[in-house]
Amino acid sequence: METIFTTNISYSSYLSEAGLPLQPLPEWTHTPDTLVRYYRNMVLARQLDNKIIALQRTGQIGTYASQLGAEAIDIVLGDLMESSDVLIPYYRNHALQMLRGLPMADMLSYWGGDERGNASAGMGEDFPNAVPIATQALHATGVATAFKIRGEKRAAVTVCGDGGTSKGDFMEALNVAGAWQLPVVFIINNNQWAISVPRSLQCGAPTLAQKAVAAGIRGEQVDGNDVIALHESVNEALQHAREGKGPTLIEAISYRLSDHTTADDATRYRSNEELKAAWEREPIKRLQTFLHAKGWWDEVQETAWQNEVGQIIQQGLTEYLQRPPQAASDLIDHLYAKLPDALKEQRERLLRNARQGGNHHE
Amino acid sequence: MSNPLTIVESVNLALRSEMQKDSSVVVLGEDVGVNGGVFRATVGLREEFGIKRVLDTPLAETMIAGLSVGMAAQGLKPVAEIQFMGFIFPAMEHLIAHAARLRHRTRGRLHCPMVLRVPFGGGIHAPEHHSESTEVLFAHTPGLRVVIPSSPARAYGLLLAAIRNPDPVIFMEPKRIYRLNAQPVEDNGKALPLDTCYTLREGSDITLVSWGAMIKETLEAADKLAEKAISCEVIDLVTLNPIDHKTILASVAKTGHCVIIHEAPKSCAVGAEISATIAERGLLNLQAPVSRVTGYDTVMPYYQMENHYMPNTADIIEAVTGTLEFS
Ligand SMILES: Cc1ncc(C[n+]2csc(CCOP(=O)(O)OP(=O)(O)O)c2C)c(N)n1
Ligand SMILES: [Mg+2]
Repeated sequence: METIFTTNISYSSYLSEAGLPLQPLPEWTHTPDTLVRYYRNMVLARQLDNKIIALQRTGQIGTYASQLGAEAIDIVLGDLMESSDVLIPYYRNHALQMLRGLPMADMLSYWGGDERGNASAGMGEDFPNAVPIATQALHATGVATAFKIRGEKRAAVTVCGDGGTSKGDFMEALNVAGAWQLPVVFIINNNQWAISVPRSLQCGAPTLAQKAVAAGIRGEQVDGNDVIALHESVNEALQHAREGKGPTLIEAISYRLSDHTTADDATRYRSNEELKAAWEREPIKRLQTFLHAKGWWDEVQETAWQNEVGQIIQQGLTEYLQRPPQAASDLIDHLYAKLPDALKEQRERLLRNARQGGNHHE
Repeated sequence: MSNPLTIVESVNLALRSEMQKDSSVVVLGEDVGVNGGVFRATVGLREEFGIKRVLDTPLAETMIAGLSVGMAAQGLKPVAEIQFMGFIFPAMEHLIAHAARLRHRTRGRLHCPMVLRVPFGGGIHAPEHHSESTEVLFAHTPGLRVVIPSSPARAYGLLLAAIRNPDPVIFMEPKRIYRLNAQPVEDNGKALPLDTCYTLREGSDITLVSWGAMIKETLEAADKLAEKAISCEVIDLVTLNPIDHKTILASVAKTGHCVIIHEAPKSCAVGAEISATIAERGLLNLQAPVSRVTGYDTVMPYYQMENHYMPNTADIIEAVTGTLEFS
């Protein structure tokens, strides 16, 4: 018997939980700019997330999927993706979408139950949130196929959760990406939970990154709480894709510090100890410690930024709350390029009902 | 669990009751075990029956459906939960190409006694893709049975029947009324028939046919119309495949008028089947065309527009009045 194939899955991390370097750091971290930007963006993402949860509690936003603990993944992706790349996101990529150009008020509109949030011009060619799990992975391969057919140096980037990797869609997407060597980057936000189902029950393999191996594509694990590790890995994957060197799967190890959504209560199924331990590893504190030690960030800057963030959020919120409601006809007008005659009678009824007070629904 | 029970509690009671009596019943799905289901329908089952009878599955609806087909062919009775109707589509291949056909293809050598439970319908301000009513896709599939309870007691008896039925059953749970109107439910192990509708209210002027959560608005409309001396007969369809046309036709023969109410879009929906059958077999009893109060032929909207989409009590009253005034 001979061994015909072996493989290794790498795990990379640069900053320890305590914010100390674990190995020599890359060139770009020798100056403050990028790291400070990452830090500021993560602080903004977290404050906004807190605010949205508060809005949900008072009925000003619908069921919301918090990003708490996943900030680093979004912030790094948002920084490194070019505007010519295309994002095919899942429902937990708010900060990434905003860095791509989605105005805060449009993002809030979406979570406030208004599809106009998906219409935002700020989204460019990006897809709206995929709610049916892992479907986005296949759309990303289609976008990447279009790039490849046209010979464009662009990357399709898609994100899913650890649970999402169990769906056929995900495996089928990896497979076609490998078969056709498509310019696509798959990111797994492995936050250890799919609602109440722990990562260990999703699949028998020790890593999710190794699913790439069977598809014939690059696969690796990174510390998803470490912006430096993420930066290195994502940057390389994007270059590969744009240069026609094929797809990459990146499994970013994070932790869902929040409930699954505002409709969930995680205390039913996971221990407080586990949650507490996860808070020790979260991404913001460790970068802050590192920046402090370098002398690149201090209390004065922190206070100033916190205040500014408060204002940015207030502005987005005001804009969101002042949106006029949708026209009743929006329910039907965007279904086809041209409304079929058969639907015109229903449209009339819709408008008539709306005039009579819209919903007489008690 | 203390009586009175809600619909979701009755679902839980039926599962528990049948699992106690029949060791071949296995509950499976996403979040059904430790978490007890996102709507709490399976709460406590894992504690009582253990991890071999209550399976937290990986996140994959194609797998849940296909796996259930295999389990059922082996003589188990899988009762699988699909978390929301909007996520049932990956399961379709196995339901339509296999579950519905296994008995027929093998001339009965193998069969498929599985139940797929799935919460459906709008009106709860849920995220996108969490509010659809796509019952017709299943009702249109020969070989499947489709059942929709609208009260706690019927939820209990119908779920028992669904589990005991030797063929695949899609058991759709109207989540808008999951926790409304609790009523006493006796854990008597009695299954209800899977091929009859229920006349919830007798009347002489007009027949109202509905199912699921819209039964609530239909009964409200009947109450309000009674104040105007209009007597409505209200029929809860309950089984969408097969349909108990006999009861509906007998009612229409009596009243001469019919309005069908459903939340799903209008075109090619189950209401059309009922209306067509009345036209085929009861035309001469009709004093006015059959009318339908339905959702619009559009995508179930995200929640800001939900109330524009949902049929309501006033719509039903208007349709009834229009039908009775037809000349
Ligand atoms: C096809 C499909 N099935 C079920 C659901 C319901 N659901 C929403 S999120 C979720 C868990 C997802 O977990 P994971 O993929 O790990 O992503 P996370 O939410 O943890 O980021 C489930 C089961 C869905 N949205 N789509
Ligand atoms: Mg997860």
